[in-house]
Amino acid sequence: MNTRLAAVEVRDLTFTYVGSLKPSISDLNFSIDKGQFVVLTGPSGCGKTSVCRCLNGLIPHFYSGELQGDVVVCGLSIREKPTSELSRKVGFVFQNPENQLFSLSVERDIAFGPENLGLPRAETRERVEWALEATGISSLRYRAPYELSGGQQQRAAISAVLAMKPEVMVLDEPTSFLDPKSAVEILKVVHDLNKRLGITIVLVEHRLDLASQYADRVLIMDKGKMILDGEPSDVYDERSRLIGVGIPRITFLAQLLQKDGFPFSKIPLTVEEASAALRRTLRP
Amino acid sequence: MSIKMFEGFKFTRLSTPLHNLDPRAKFFLTIGFFAIALLFQNLYALLAVFLVQLPLVVVARSTRRWLRSMKGGALLAVLIFVMNFITGTTFAFSLSMTIRFLALISSFSIFFMTTSPDDLGLALESMKVPYTLCFTFTTAVRLVPTMAVDAQTVVDAQRSRGLEVDKGNLLKRVRNYVPILIPLIVNAIRRSVELAEALESRAFGSTEKRESLITLKMRPSDYLTILATIVFVTAAVYVNLYIQLPTLDIPIKMPHIWPWAS
Amino acid sequence: MIKTETLHFAYPTGDDVLKGITLEIGDSEFVAIMGENGAGKTTLIKHFNGLHKPTKGHVLVDDVDTRKRSVASISRDVGLVFQNPDHQLFCETVREEVAFSLRNFGYEPETIERRTKNILETLDLSQYADSSPFTLSGGERKRVALASVLVWNPKHVVLDEPTIGQDYQQKDRLRNFILQLVSQRKTVIIVTHDIEFVAECKPRVILLSKGSIVADGPARKILTDERLLDECSLVRPQISSLMSSLNDLGLGQDIIDVYTARASILEAFRRVK
Repeated sequence: MNTRLAAVEVRDLTFTYVGSLKPSISDLNFSIDKGQFVVLTGPSGCGKTSVCRCLNGLIPHFYSGELQGDVVVCGLSIREKPTSELSRKVGFVFQNPENQLFSLSVERDIAFGPENLGLPRAETRERVEWALEATGISSLRYRAPYELSGGQQQRAAISAVLAMKPEVMVLDEPTSFLDPKSAVEILKVVHDLNKRLGITIVLVEHRLDLASQYADRVLIMDKGKMILDGEPSDVYDERSRLIGVGIPRITFLAQLLQKDGFPFSKIPLTVEEASAALRRTLRP
Repeated sequence: MSIKMFEGFKFTRLSTPLHNLDPRAKFFLTIGFFAIALLFQNLYALLAVFLVQLPLVVVARSTRRWLRSMKGGALLAVLIFVMNFITGTTFAFSLSMTIRFLALISSFSIFFMTTSPDDLGLALESMKVPYTLCFTFTTAVRLVPTMAVDAQTVVDAQRSRGLEVDKGNLLKRVRNYVPILIPLIVNAIRRSVELAEALESRAFGSTEKRESLITLKMRPSDYLTILATIVFVTAAVYVNLYIQLPTLDIPIKMPHIWPWAS
Repeated sequence: MIKTETLHFAYPTGDDVLKGITLEIGDSEFVAIMGENGAGKTTLIKHFNGLHKPTKGHVLVDDVDTRKRSVASISRDVGLVFQNPDHQLFCETVREEVAFSLRNFGYEPETIERRTKNILETLDLSQYADSSPFTLSGGERKRVALASVLVWNPKHVVLDEPTIGQDYQQKDRLRNFILQLVSQRKTVIIVTHDIEFVAECKPRVILLSKGSIVADGPARKILTDERLLDECSLVRPQISSLMSSLNDLGLGQDIIDVYTARASILEAFRRVK
């Protein structure tokens, strides 16, 4: 593992929240390369959110508890550095857009992060413009966040995080409160940021039907441990179904058909892939 | 007196001459009204202070909301009148105190309706109040309408489980507030924690020196407002000291049955 | 039966949120009300238990106009489970939380104890009976909220966005539970925009857009209509999109679930061989 390429390195990570009897996450060991798009999933309570919190220092600085092992993001150890420093490298987009936007205009919200970093006004202005452009919401700059739709709010939240120019972006179930169309759009935005700007993405999602097509890698957790780690088509098998993960319906259908004797060179993750594969077989 | 009363203090984004004034100029104006209202005891003067605000309300296109705050203050106003009257002061004086109260409420209502919490925060910042304090203030103000929506949802949810808020004796009615207050408080705490997480993740409080993207700039209209306020306050002081104002002489007084009546 | 006749509703400060809704949901029907955020779904269901009274038109629950009854009275027949359980949890134990409504409705203590015990068992919450609801996880709190409404056995059950924040297993359990309620002859109405969940449940679907009903029919008809779904910010279920992309191969077109799709594809496969 070439450390220079690693954006995130997790070593023997175990964490028990204060007042808890057992750890929320235990013995986690994995790395994420710069520029990778990683989807982190698993049943409720598996520890995904705890892992996210470790990535920007909310654990152990905001959430106290017993931390064993270490996480190094972009060369910074979460044990040694405060969240304020880690947040320059790792941005965090939360599930509920409501409570992460607090200004009366989108541009002020986006400016919030750079202002906190003590940047001069001109640079803040530049970053705000750039962040608005990057997620395509320049036309919303003067609007109040509470007036926006859920999808627009999440885009604003992503812009606000982007303005801090992070190398890694962590998104914790960003589509939870969004309608299906907005969910699709948001994930497209995240994919675009990954491809165009090279930002490493750690996306916690249940909607694997929407996210799998963008993932280089899927990490599946259960009861605090990492169970599966690999490319989506490798990982969406019997084992993940047993854990209780909702793999895309298309993938499940393909697996059933494969058992029925259908030839699939690669298990499809999207409608397009499945359609092409089925067409080849049904009309040779 | 319902929750609608608070609409008279809620900011709405409009573009009116009053909305577009610098918050510091507006605050100066509000303090001016405040000072003049406290200065006078004369009924006609106080009535003038109150009525002068009406065109401002109209210019700010906030008449309906302003009326709500007036309605909300009506109960307290009547109380003030009654308390003054039964302690033996004249009818005119009691009326003056009531008008003074309404004038004060009105001036603050206009201020809050036309000034956004963000701008208020900026104004405080420019007056060298520590940033964290300014932020706490604006966030609190901003959360009020959100909490109001939450409150309504909680009431709806509990009513859907058979809670009847308006029934029962006083004790029962007070107990009925428990299923409403607890979820409200818990939600407020959850919200605060989520907010705090978001703040931490955007490096809040990490540097002492902070340059805001937007700064307040005083414009000619703002200076004019401040000047006008100074002129009016001075004029008011002059009138109060040197000019005999007409008074209202209605020979109605509280009958001498109350031991403390003069 | 829940019926609305040209239901109009506007908040005091604004325009019509619901613009002339006329619908009829019969006893023991299973209905999903879908539509984009802001279409008026939650506003509509709040009329079903009387929280909102129409500004114009009528809402009748079991043939009685909701204007004539109090919310508490209608709630005995129409149980509304709100989206966020944290808007209602307030008791020290789960048991008390569930018993709250029974106390409001004036049930006898023995009945309260019995019913509470039963519903906790049914929803797999018995082990938490004496725990504080605030210590439970999100999914468990949602189940407590559900239990606290089902405990008084309302004839009609309305669930507002029951799948938000739930993982696949939890949704699966929920789906089975809903189907169980339907088999018990309860009317079940869910408000949701979870297309895949609805595709698996296959209820009657009422599509709402900007305050009006734009479609009303079986799931397999509505969830396969691309244009309709797009109008309401919804996305087709994956299976439906797949079948549509292969429609020139003679495959069934109103298929929305995995197993029916599999059967149809296998059939086509056999024909090709």
